[in-house]
Amino acid sequence: MIHFPALRWGTPYRSLDIDKVVHFDTGEPVAEVSQANPGIVARDLRKAARARQVLREVHPADLLQMVKKAAELFSTAELPLGDGTQTPDEFVRQQSATTGLPEHMCRMNMEKLRYVLDHIDEILASLTRHLDPGILARGYGEEDGVMRSYQATTSVLGMVLPSNSPGVHSLWLPIIPLQIGLVLKPGPQEPMTQAFFEAGVPREAVALYPGLGEVGAAVLNNCPRSLIFGGTATVEQYAGNPAVQVHGPGFSKILLGDDEADNWEQHLDLMVDSVLINSGRSCINCSGIWTPRNGRAIAAALAERLGPIAPLPPEDPNAALAAFTVPGQAPAISADIDAALDEGGVDEVTAAHHPDGRLVSRERCDYLRPTVVYCPSPDVAMAKKEYMFPFVTVVECEQRKMIGAIGQTLVATGLTNDARFEQELLDARNIDRLNLGPIPTIKLNWLQPHEGNIVDFLFRPRAFQRAS
Amino acid sequence: MSTLTTALQGRADAARASLDAWVREVVAWHFDPATGCPFWLQWAEKAGWDPRKEVERFDDLRKFGHFEDEWLRGGPVRRWVPRAYADKPIFVFETGGTTGIPKSRIAIDDFRTDYELFSDTLPDECFPQGANWLMLGPSGPRRLRLAVEHLAQHRGGICFCVDLDPRWVIKLIRKGWMDHLKAYQAHVVDQAITVLSAGHDIKCLFSTPKLIEALANRLEEEGSSIRETGITGIFAGGTEFTPQWNRFANEELLDGVYMTPTYGNTLMGLAASPPSGADEGYKITYHAPQPRAVLQVVDPDDADRAVDYGGTGRVMLTTLTKEFFVPRFLERDEGEREPPCEQYPWDGVSGVRPFSALASSTTVGVY
Repeated sequence: MIHFPALRWGTPYRSLDIDKVVHFDTGEPVAEVSQANPGIVARDLRKAARARQVLREVHPADLLQMVKKAAELFSTAELPLGDGTQTPDEFVRQQSATTGLPEHMCRMNMEKLRYVLDHIDEILASLTRHLDPGILARGYGEEDGVMRSYQATTSVLGMVLPSNSPGVHSLWLPIIPLQIGLVLKPGPQEPMTQAFFEAGVPREAVALYPGLGEVGAAVLNNCPRSLIFGGTATVEQYAGNPAVQVHGPGFSKILLGDDEADNWEQHLDLMVDSVLINSGRSCINCSGIWTPRNGRAIAAALAERLGPIAPLPPEDPNAALAAFTVPGQAPAISADIDAALDEGGVDEVTAAHHPDGRLVSRERCDYLRPTVVYCPSPDVAMAKKEYMFPFVTVVECEQRKMIGAIGQTLVATGLTNDARFEQELLDARNIDRLNLGPIPTIKLNWLQPHEGNIVDFLFRPRAFQRAS
Repeated sequence: MSTLTTALQGRADAARASLDAWVREVVAWHFDPATGCPFWLQWAEKAGWDPRKEVERFDDLRKFGHFEDEWLRGGPVRRWVPRAYADKPIFVFETGGTTGIPKSRIAIDDFRTDYELFSDTLPDECFPQGANWLMLGPSGPRRLRLAVEHLAQHRGGICFCVDLDPRWVIKLIRKGWMDHLKAYQAHVVDQAITVLSAGHDIKCLFSTPKLIEALANRLEEEGSSIRETGITGIFAGGTEFTPQWNRFANEELLDGVYMTPTYGNTLMGLAASPPSGADEGYKITYHAPQPRAVLQVVDPDDADRAVDYGGTGRVMLTTLTKEFFVPRFLERDEGEREPPCEQYPWDGVSGVRPFSALASSTTVGVY
């Protein structure tokens, strides 16, 4: 069986603590993963400065080329991995086996990562607002006759990644050409770093520590800058901590203005895609559709489309649902939904499509069937719910109250031609990414920042003068 | 299934016979109105049977069911003092208590006896007689602080201590105040380094895995090491003692200094472990100080059944001293049952970790 070691600044480390990863559905052994202990993380990170140093010995333009080469290798080559090798198809199968995502979704995530790597120069130019990369590398330089200086806030970026949504890797990909080292607490597998090494990125710039929560905590505690993904509790824990950029539930929404509420049928495909793609697991999936009227009709139409969707084998190209592989998680979510259904007027519109209930229990995993819930007002508890499967509430709310009632929203798609409502949406500080017009919430423009600009997180502008 | 050599089997049988005899003596003591404590005498009255008549051997203790540590929460604490010791100076040691009422256990000489027995397992070349000690671990109303100090004194040394309040540490973790946690740890390590640098000829250390890490890392940052401070032996305790951590410590932190892991708590004595290095895969196997305490690895669904050797089960502790009687307490730990060995001819337990069935299940997904 293939074994994935930890990487201590590029050097493989075989732990005595081995996690045996099995296929979520069949129970078949898939891989063995060396588990780091927190002390190793703390100890290695005392040498984090070296990671940036080795990257600074490579010209940023060369690093960009390496990343582009890595894109090609990642999606086409058989890469050395652990004590074996892995083809892209094997990667897709193994990722599906360990995350519960259907294979075609893993392939889609792979293509997304390839896209980001392929376009890394454009992405960086956008995120740095076309700043000369040499200025970031050197720390200062003149541009248009103005002295500009930027200082790296850290030698390395810590990333505490979720094990069930591999697409989020795209967020860290720009850091290597920015000459910032990488410290990953990954999910069960992480072949992209191997693609980087094969493309020439110095191994000493990358550390990878598989492990449990305490390993993630060690990464956060020892990296001056980190990204973490988690639930609402994680978001609350790290809110206001300048060293941690936390990515939590998205509570992404589609907002219909008064002027478009009667045209909702034109937007039904957009709504379905926003809820369903990637099995509803992303923070950018829509979990709330807010409308001044026609809420029941919208909910019924969505239920007609989403309700019949049932679990299919992960290799089936039509599989639309990811499995819950953590024991007890799906039943707990289902029970939470049931509890919130007790409030007056709240109606699970998909219930008619699920004669055996929304929870589908298998021997080693569970599924939750797509669930659409009608909420008569924003005041019911159900209107604030979000779960990691295709779940959406359709909430009746007057346009004038909508922005104040939606709460924090990662992606809002505003369906309106009302210039005044558009301006209000643009000004709403509780909305992060804003799409005006019929753009699915899950459609990202990678040239734009996601939940904060990573360049601003890793570099700070400062005054610099040099005597001539 | 393990097969013991004939000689070892003979020693294991003898140990079992001694245990059965000791059980009779301890039960007779605790349930005699002239010597026993109010708690157990009242317990027997309510139970309606006389343990002195019905307990002949260790296996008969199953008639008691399971000791519940909740019985230790709240007073009056004197109900645990055996009548025969009523005039002795009594210590009380606490466990838990981060929130709410802590569990209390009385002691008179047990901690001294337990640590004197443990002292016999320490190699003199690493823990020299007469050497001074540093106790870098939980202080306050805990048995450990006094016990380590007694260990040092028993071996002819003097013990230096630092303050460490584990209840505050747990609160910091629960509140997510990680900066405060780091600062508190640094404050504790600062004190340790000050003591170690003060010319007190300290050669022996008690500490926990996290503090050993912090101490080693800090010393290295200052261009020193645990060995260079003069320490030659570390007695360590804590639940983080995995084989991986043992290896990490030996390969990266200790600079060749000897470390002996232990497993213990307020209710039992101290379970020691035979030396384990690369040849043993850094596996740590604990053996209780039988007959004063017995560790069993039992089927979580049927505690009357020990799992097979190598099998995984819940750790069950029985404490059998004349000061304190704890029959069949189901610990919050699990592990693998290990066979008797030359040094300890009775069962042991390896791979000790929190009991998985009690671990809270994750109900909120990550993104």
